[in-house]
Amino acid sequence: MTTVVFNRRNLLAAGGTVLATGVSGLLLPARAQGIAPTPSMSGGSNNYRKGAATVDRIGKGGFWMTGTVRRAGDGAPLAGQRIQIWAHTTEGQEHEPQSHGATLTDTNGAFRLEMPQIIPIFGQPHGHLAYDSGEFKTVFLRPVMRSAKETSLEAHFVLQPA
Amino acid sequence: MRLARVTLIWALLAAAVFVPIAAAAASPLLAWRDPVYILAGFAGIMALGLMLVQPLLIAGYLPGLSAYRGRRAHHWIGGALVVMVVVHVGGLWITSPPDMIDALLFTSPTPFSPFGVIAMWAIFAVAVLAALRRRLGLRTWRIAHMSLAVVIVVGTAVHGMLVEGTMETMSKAALCALVLAAAIKVMADLRVRRRATSRGESPARQ
Repeated sequence: MTTVVFNRRNLLAAGGTVLATGVSGLLLPARAQGIAPTPSMSGGSNNYRKGAATVDRIGKGGFWMTGTVRRAGDGAPLAGQRIQIWAHTTEGQEHEPQSHGATLTDTNGAFRLEMPQIIPIFGQPHGHLAYDSGEFKTVFLRPVMRSAKETSLEAHFVLQPA
Repeated sequence: MRLARVTLIWALLAAAVFVPIAAAAASPLLAWRDPVYILAGFAGIMALGLMLVQPLLIAGYLPGLSAYRGRRAHHWIGGALVVMVVVHVGGLWITSPPDMIDALLFTSPTPFSPFGVIAMWAIFAVAVLAALRRRLGLRTWRIAHMSLAVVIVVGTAVHGMLVEGTMETMSKAALCALVLAAAIKVMADLRVRRRATSRGESPARQ
């Protein structure tokens, strides 16, 4: 048999829990409705080459660019979206064709493309990504690596209808 | 004894300027850069080195140089600084035009760009004012040059420290600290000397 003890501490704790779950339960869907579209980053479109080929891997690989593509508002993952990726790597400068490639998102809206190691250019080790397929508004991203020694980088897109 | 001191001062100055250049020349990043980009980078590093020499020359701190020689060298190196900046910016423009345009328009995502661009304009401004200095009058010229020198030195040091490039971190930090220290020391000393002059005392060296 359990004795339920009503004292102030239990009441406050229980009350707090109910309040927390209740309020967050009310708030979370509201927040999900409002997932804001990702704005293009400044400098994101620099040295972009429209229409880079979809590839299994850029060059010899060794570095991973990963990320997700979701829809603004409800945050639903977007499958089959073409993401173009380029950077200054050990195999070429940013503007050179061999430094560019594209990949498609899977059913979870995730993408992952192997590419050569990114190295610092113009003072920062960074990559470039573009969504530029027309169905949604074009977005250019320019994520910066925390350290030039890192061997992966991620970037996330939230797209709004064009 | 005096010769030893003179040699030591010049050796230290040469080390402060050339060790960072040598360290940058050993950077692995150079393997993935083309000659124009490499030249642009080294023009920037050399400009930083010249910025250490400039205040020392004009204040007459470098032994073995007469005040006249020191001033002449300061003028010529000032001109060389303008050339270095033009090579730096021009080379980076050729390497990646959109990135350089972003920097010049202050729309670049890189935090170091505005510091570099402001220092560049301040260097150009000093060059223009130097050509007009006889018309400006000594006092106006001095105030303008000193103020712009502060902008140049601080802007360049911040720019250099925030850039992740071919320069090795320790030698870069040491050179930037020396550039700032030399500028502060010379400006403080020149103030003291001018006060002494205006009070009618004879300055130690003018």
